[in-house]
Formats: sequence, structure tokens, C-alpha cells
Amino acid sequence: MAQAKKKRTEIFALGNEAVVEGALIAGCTFYAGYPITPSSEIMEIMAARLPRTPEGVFLQMEDEIGSLGAAIGASLAGRKVMTATSGPGFSLMQEHIGYACMVESPLVIVNVMRGGPSTGLPTSPSQGDVQQARWGTHGDHPIIVLSASDVQECLEMTVRAFNMAEKYRTPVILLLDEVTAHTREKIFLPEPGEYEILERAVPSVPPEWFKPYEDTARGVPPVAPIGAGYRTHITGLTHDPMGYPTQRPDEINTAMHRMFRKIDQFFDDIQLVDEFLTEDAEIGIVAYGSVARSARLAVTKARERGYKVGLITLKTLFPFPKPSVVALARKAKCILVPEMNMGQMSREVKRVNNGATRVRTINRVDGSIITPSEILKSITQV
Amino acid sequence: MSKKAKMQELNRFELRLSGLGGQGIITLGKILGTALALGHGYYVTQTQSYGPEARGGSSRADLVISSHPISYPKTENLDLLVALSQEACNAYYRYLKPNGVLMVDTSMVANTPTNVYKGLPFTTLAKDKIGLVQTLNILVLGAVTHLLPFAGQRRMKKAVEQALPPKIQEINIKAFNLGHREAAKHFGDAPAVWLEAEEMADAEEDTEHV
Repeated sequence: MAQAKKKRTEIFALGNEAVVEGALIAGCTFYAGYPITPSSEIMEIMAARLPRTPEGVFLQMEDEIGSLGAAIGASLAGRKVMTATSGPGFSLMQEHIGYACMVESPLVIVNVMRGGPSTGLPTSPSQGDVQQARWGTHGDHPIIVLSASDVQECLEMTVRAFNMAEKYRTPVILLLDEVTAHTREKIFLPEPGEYEILERAVPSVPPEWFKPYEDTARGVPPVAPIGAGYRTHITGLTHDPMGYPTQRPDEINTAMHRMFRKIDQFFDDIQLVDEFLTEDAEIGIVAYGSVARSARLAVTKARERGYKVGLITLKTLFPFPKPSVVALARKAKCILVPEMNMGQMSREVKRVNNGATRVRTINRVDGSIITPSEILKSITQV
Repeated sequence: MSKKAKMQELNRFELRLSGLGGQGIITLGKILGTALALGHGYYVTQTQSYGPEARGGSSRADLVISSHPISYPKTENLDLLVALSQEACNAYYRYLKPNGVLMVDTSMVANTPTNVYKGLPFTTLAKDKIGLVQTLNILVLGAVTHLLPFAGQRRMKKAVEQALPPKIQEINIKAFNLGHREAAKHFGDAPAVWLEAEEMADAEEDTEHV
């Protein structure tokens, strides 16, 4: 076989394997976790690959609470860190997700969603953790939640998750579902330098001038790695610019608003969507994760039959990509929201739609993916 | 016939491998998928479904093979169903397309829902002829390779070698060859609907039949 032309490295990989590839490309050097189906392959492959990289540290912790605790510590010590889990483990992590938001620790949490609640359906897909990813931990907090629908996107979105975590000094949650994580597909490994890799800001002032939670133009304080000679106080209590607990309303207000501002003012950079045939769409579909792939086939088939259908695939779930969805709602006579839960993302669609058009949901919670024919049927019934 | 094999045009060829946990179904799906994606250059998605039990229970791997990027990664209407257990045969037969092919392990499936099927006693063959029942899945791979007009023997064997540790490669290649030979003897050619062009993907490889 004459294979003359030079090709990029291609591998036949699971979604979970692609997540690991993405993490290593992004510069992840620390992983702490506890294995759980359907995310276990991430941990397995990390255990094999990470110790072989320079400085790579892999830890199996006693549970998911410890896993995220270790990840936060390593992150504040200057590492790019990741942990992966599924529903039950994600519930355990909620307390530390709030802590990570409060101490502004850059890190990536992968949650491969399985059927719930509780132990539920370990080997079946679901999208039931969407609102938990946004609001699972207590207190007002900004957070970034990303999603991926195919294997190549798993790699790409993991790199983006690390970049956003470092750039905005925030935990980023990558929500996958069992189908995406356990699909094998041919993917291309990017050449070095193909993806832009962002690093966190570090202090440029001498230690005695350093204020660990000082406001900056971007609202993102530089991170002094623990042990680098900068005095850093870390606490889950609401803190002042020096990192010490405060009760002063003016300081609390400033700190809270800065935390939100650092995400809010970069919505354009964070809200990612993929639009497919939406220009002339009379029927719009908003989907994410593996269901977006079903929707894409349904759109192709419906177009063959003459229905003007378009699809928005959400790559960023939160902050919710309002501008794209509103634009679709203004031109479509109906929006369909298929998802493997009882209607968690459709709440957001209805919220931004604000009565502009009809929003219909397609829900499935039986541990099976929504098929293209189900979506096609709903399209024909609009 | 040109020296360079032409890739057969495929539009969502859907295939399901099903049976019991422990039969090596997902490994089989992984090897078949790797060979078709990397060796043959098709777009392939392979998904899997299994129960929460550590062993036993049902197991299946679904593959979609296409010349174009694949949107929906799972299967809806099967072109080929491989059933290695009675339970799997009963459960998935209804997903076959009207022209779809049913392939069963006759040593495991006593009652087929139709008498139009391709059957070989794979488990018995693996036990008696190869002497190692664990080679069952690669034996099936050999038979599937014969049936798929777009699958090349040599590239499939290469994928087997890459996927398995050196210690068990030889015996598995033996199983692959046996599966391929038996299928050629008993199954006949692939259904005409699967052959779009006269020129098959691997016409040049037929000559090296062992």
C-alpha cells in the first residue's frame, strides 16, 4: 500500500483516552482520583502515563473528597491538576468544589455522567448532573462547565478546560456522558504547538509587596505557588485581599463581585457553541454531549425531507451561551431540546427564550441514548 | 484491477457483536474497529454496552463504519448481527435490516428466529481445533473478515497482532485463519447488497489466502 502523504498521528481511542491525551498536551502534571465507572479509564491511563512524564505525580486517594482536596493543594502549589469521577463521586466532591471556588484554585474536574440518583446505572448514559455541576455546591459562585460530544472534541475540550482554569483561576467542570466516554473513534493527535496552551499569572512583585487576593484589571489575582517564598494564607472563609478572614461588608462585596466579574467580562471567550445549518432554520434544536450527535443525524435526515432544521451544539453549558440560543429563538418557530434527563438544560433555554418561541423537550431517563429517529419524529410533529 | 485497492464506498454500515460477558466481545469490537479505522481508513465508531456485573451478564459492541464522518455513534438498523449467545440472538434479531445478515455461534444458539442465517460452531471450534476456548473472539473475527467485502485479511491480522501480547499472538492468528477458512467454506460470498462495486476493497489480498 502506497501511503505517500504524511499524516498526523491518528489513534483509535476511547473518549476517556482522549481526555488523558488532552490533559497531557495541556501540561497536566498532577492527578488524584478514585476510580468509578464510567470514568475509570481516565484514571487507569493516567496511572500508566503520568509517572513517566517529568514531574508527573499520580495519586490514588481514599475517596473523592480526598481526591479533590489533594488536587486543590497541588494546584495552589503550582501544578496543573485534574481529577475525574462520575455521579456518586461528584456528589462527594461538592464541598471541595465550593472551597476551590472560594480559594480560586485552577483545576479540571471531569464528570462522566451515568444514570442516577445514587448508585443508579453505573454503565448507562445520562445527563442528569447538569444543574448539579452549576449549582451543586452551596453559596453564590461562578463556575465554568464544558461538554464534549465526540472523541476528538473530548481532547479539544480538555485542553480548553485547562486553559480556562488557568486563565480565570477557577475550577472548570468537563461534563461528559457514558456514550461519549466509551465511544472509540479515530482521532488525530495534534502536533506540538497546534493548540495554544495558557499558563496562570504568577506574581511579578517581590514577596513583601504581594497581596494574594488583590484585584487586577482582569479580576484574576496572580497565584504564588506555595513554597516559592510568597506569604499566602488560604481559607474557605470569605477573605480580604491579604487572604485573611473578613467580616467587613465592603471587603466581602468587593471580593464576591470580583469573583463573578472575572468570568462575566469574558463571556465571549468562554461561551462556545457549534452551529449546524442554523442560518435558515425554522425549527431549532439545542443539544449537548452524545445527544448532539443523534440530533445532527436527525437534522441531516429531516433536511432531506425538506424540513428546515438547524442545530446548536453547546460546548459550554455554563455560563449558558445565551446570545447564540436567543438568536436561534428569534428566527425559529420552535426549539427542541433533547436531553437524557427530565429537563435540566431546557430550563435554561426557556429562561433565555423568555416566551419568544415555543420550547419543546424530548426527555429520556431509561439509561438509553435518545436516538436520531426519536428526534426526527419530534421534528415532523412540530 | 489496479494495484492499489480502491476503498469501497460505505454509508453507515452498522454491525453488532453480542454475547455474554467474558467471551471477549469488546476486545473483538476494538480490534475490528482499529483495523477498519486505522488500517483501512474508514470512519468508525465503536460503542459498547455491558451490565454492572463484574462477570457474566450480557455484553455487546456496536460498530458504525462509513466513508463519511459519523454523527450518531450507535446503531439503529443492523446490517450484520453477530450473536454468540441465545439471549443476544433473541434480543437483537429485531434490529436487523430486511437484508441484514445474522451470524450465530451454533454451539451456543440452539434456536434461531429464522432459518436464513450464517452459522458455525465457533466455541466448539475454538475448544477442539485450536485447543483454547479464549480464542473464540478472534475465530469470529476471521469469519467476519470473510463476510465483509471491504475488510482485508492482512490488515485485520496486523490489528490482532498489535492488540494482543506476543505470547498469545500465534495461537490467535491460527484461530483467525481457521475462522476465515471455515467461513469461506460454509458461508459463501457476502450478500450482493454489501458489494457496491465489482472492485472489492482488498481484491489483491485474496491471493495470499492461507
